[in-house]
Amino acid sequence: MEIVRLRVNGDERSCGVPAHYTLLETLRYGLGLTGSKQGCDKGDCGACTVIVDGRAILSCITPVWEAEGREVRTVEGLASGMETHPVQDEFDLNGAAQCGFCTPGILCSSVALLDRNPTPTREEIRAALAGNLCRCTGYEKIYDAVEAAAARLST
Amino acid sequence: MTGRNGRGIDGGSGSSPAANGRPDRTGEASPLNTIGRPMRKVDGLAKATGRARYTDDIQLPGMLHGKILRSPHPHARIVRIDTSRAEALEGVHAVVTGRDMPTPYGIIPWTPDEHPLCVDKVRYIGDGVAAVAAIDEDTAIAALDLIDVAYEELPEYFDPHEAIAAPSGPYIHEPRKPGWSGNITKVVKLEFGDVEAGFAEADVIAEHDYFFEGTTHTPIEPHCAIGLAAGDGKLTVWSATQVPHYLHRELARVLEVDPAKVRVIQPPVGGAFGGKSEPFDLEFCVAKLSMLTGRPVKILYTREEVFYAHRGRHPFHMRYRTGATSDGMLTSVDARIVLDGGAYASFGLVTTYYSGQLLTAPYQMPAYRFQSTRAYTNKPACGPKRGHGSVQPRFAFEVQLDRIAERLEIDPIELRRRNFIGANTRTVNELRVTSNGFLECLAEVERASDWKRKHRRLPFGRGVGVAGSTYISGTNYPIYPNEMPQSGIQLQVDRSGRVAIFSGASEIGQGVDSMVAYVVAEELGVPLDHIRVLAGDTDFTPVDLGAYSSRVTFMLGNACLQAARKLKAMVRDAVAEEWEAKPREVLLAGGMALRAGDTGTSMPLRAAFNLAEAKFGTLGATGSYNTPKDVHGSYRGGTIGASPAYSFTAHVAEVEVDTETGFVTVDKIWIAHDCGRALNPVLVAGQMEGSAYMGFAEALMEEHIFKSADEGRAGLHNAPSLLDYRIPTSLDTPALESLIVESIDPEGPYGAKEAGEGPLHPSIPAIANAIYDAVGVRMDSLPFSPPRVWRALQAAGRGKAAGRTRQAVGAGRAG
Repeated sequence: MEIVRLRVNGDERSCGVPAHYTLLETLRYGLGLTGSKQGCDKGDCGACTVIVDGRAILSCITPVWEAEGREVRTVEGLASGMETHPVQDEFDLNGAAQCGFCTPGILCSSVALLDRNPTPTREEIRAALAGNLCRCTGYEKIYDAVEAAAARLST
Repeated sequence: MTGRNGRGIDGGSGSSPAANGRPDRTGEASPLNTIGRPMRKVDGLAKATGRARYTDDIQLPGMLHGKILRSPHPHARIVRIDTSRAEALEGVHAVVTGRDMPTPYGIIPWTPDEHPLCVDKVRYIGDGVAAVAAIDEDTAIAALDLIDVAYEELPEYFDPHEAIAAPSGPYIHEPRKPGWSGNITKVVKLEFGDVEAGFAEADVIAEHDYFFEGTTHTPIEPHCAIGLAAGDGKLTVWSATQVPHYLHRELARVLEVDPAKVRVIQPPVGGAFGGKSEPFDLEFCVAKLSMLTGRPVKILYTREEVFYAHRGRHPFHMRYRTGATSDGMLTSVDARIVLDGGAYASFGLVTTYYSGQLLTAPYQMPAYRFQSTRAYTNKPACGPKRGHGSVQPRFAFEVQLDRIAERLEIDPIELRRRNFIGANTRTVNELRVTSNGFLECLAEVERASDWKRKHRRLPFGRGVGVAGSTYISGTNYPIYPNEMPQSGIQLQVDRSGRVAIFSGASEIGQGVDSMVAYVVAEELGVPLDHIRVLAGDTDFTPVDLGAYSSRVTFMLGNACLQAARKLKAMVRDAVAEEWEAKPREVLLAGGMALRAGDTGTSMPLRAAFNLAEAKFGTLGATGSYNTPKDVHGSYRGGTIGASPAYSFTAHVAEVEVDTETGFVTVDKIWIAHDCGRALNPVLVAGQMEGSAYMGFAEALMEEHIFKSADEGRAGLHNAPSLLDYRIPTSLDTPALESLIVESIDPEGPYGAKEAGEGPLHPSIPAIANAIYDAVGVRMDSLPFSPPRVWRALQAAGRGKAAGRTRQAVGAGRAG
């Protein structure tokens, strides 16, 4: 067991985990932040995507020690207080989440995109989500949701 | 007849019908307040905030982790298993083998041919032989290495034709009768009308071979289960399943536990598509290991295990012979199909029937014959994947139609129109068809895709193709014979005005929990946020048979409608008494009870519910749905394929073919689907787009294939990862446009039929036909991968160096 210290969703957290644990395993099984999902275990599906220092990264292939001292944001940290992030709300309104399993990762990729590019084109949204597999939607409703969120954020 | 994929949303209940902006089918103002409008899902916020708890998100105190040891051989006898070294490892709490659970099971009661863990034989690489429960995953993995298994290898079969031809054993399974082959699950031969006379009448006959490669569901959530056996004899299993009721039954039967003591809880499921619609080894193993240790045990499949668990699309080897008159009317259809079933029967008996039974609409077939044979092979078992058993023949048949249209110089949409079977009719195999919006589907894709300007008119390398299809809205007969309802629902009303819905149906992302809430909101006028849906727990919910066969909207929707109307009648009675009015004058809408024709008289619903509780006692209602039993064929097997209603679909695909590389780009698929009525058009469009996406993926990318002996390890999965088994990313997926067609089915809830599986079917043949339109090459084997397309182009002399115009390559070709 190793003690790791992380800054997650604004909180300083520490916990003991096996030395080989990834950031995803630490979040899910060490800190109880089960919003981030494991779909493949090797960086292929994107369900584990979280935001580290503003960039969307794959937490299932990030050794936890690499995240120490950095700012980690997960799906649980996208809302501010009672107010959901517009992307979260638009996912609900547009039917962008069916089974919802890829949704936390896609939300993190989307928020990272909108933080650096508040007015993305549909093609830019497509490109930003290329690392997140969704098996339910065919992606159209996801693009609709991200576009609608961008429109809300820019007004 | 069509509604567009609406955007924009409101709270979901209570505003005026006109706000919907959509005329009723009859042209009158819609009488519906909630149904037909875009609405939020009841679980939308939980899923968008990471709060939805899937099975692997559940951590129980003292929980152990399980792992399953899997066979390295495709076919072998188990000579000996020694678990003593594993049991001695510090941290290991229990080890089980097949001998601990000797009762066979199978989702179809007539073909129970598998065990939770193999008892005598392994039948594919990946078959489970032992399971371990340990303090953590690392210890469980270490323990697997300490289990010693001695195998005696047996002859292997990977090709279904070789398996069928084997003159004697050892077969993959014991023959069910002396003299039979143990390598065959099922043979179905059915003939309707005079097939040979039909061919004699034909002016044109197309006869071609087709191959549909196997594909797998690939839900993003791997299978996961937790077992908890308590000291009082109760057993609880949480599982990512789409059939909690069948799991309940099989757990009790196989583990010899009183079913009254078994509870199955189905948390939200992270995708299923048919891949979680029967019991799997992990569910039995977590239960048994918990019964041995007294502690909760969890098993989470690795992604590799998900690929080996499979139960996906069967590879089909198909030969079709199709006859038509010179004006394009079908005269006769003859099909011979070999299904590559893999190691176990799974749903295979049904698949074998479906391979023929579901082809008989939307076109009139005067005569039809099929012979389908399902072989066992030493590969992971195939089963039901979205569009179970009918996606493969639909591909072949719709390409056949394209060939006939080409040969007769008839527009392929026109050819399909001419053969339309109609509404309120029977198919050649005696299936009852009620509502049928197929002609509108064709018209919609023809219009939206600008078909007439494009077909046979685009420059070489670009093309459009069309295809149609039908699918069931549930099956008339349950998997195990019984007379009880297929779906049940229970409603309970609180004094606060809140309505709770107890639903046994499985939310797998399709929106069933929301669907029942919409029905209750519509009938009782309750705002959506005053409705709670409690689902997927066999201790508390009435039985629903599961999320398969596109059955839940039709069946559970009807059950819910019945329960809600019972409750509504009680509330109206009580309010009518208070107002000294007639019950039919009491309207429930927008959170209020209103008096028709008297705008001054109203009360909040809560008060209305309280009056009803005072009058009738504790308020609740149940509803159930059972299928009509007189709408199937009168021959043996004629019940299989019978459904209370059929959906209809047409697609147009537009493609671009790079003749230098063989790379096919699908630019767009127009999807028109007759779903009866769209209870929530956003969710219906989501099902249509997800279906078309999945069909596109099978057309161009996916291959669930295995290594051969010359590749080193025969029977080893070729690519059991999401990197190598390629499913489409956002960049691969074409633009998808949903065109909802509503035929208002006479028996569906508000006229609704299915939308979750039907819209997959035409994607694949529409793309095949579009490739032909683009480059004049027929693709009869899936997938249409660059090497396959390139080779076909080379063979036809239409590669890079060949002619550049359609005239140069396609003229006079009979397809």
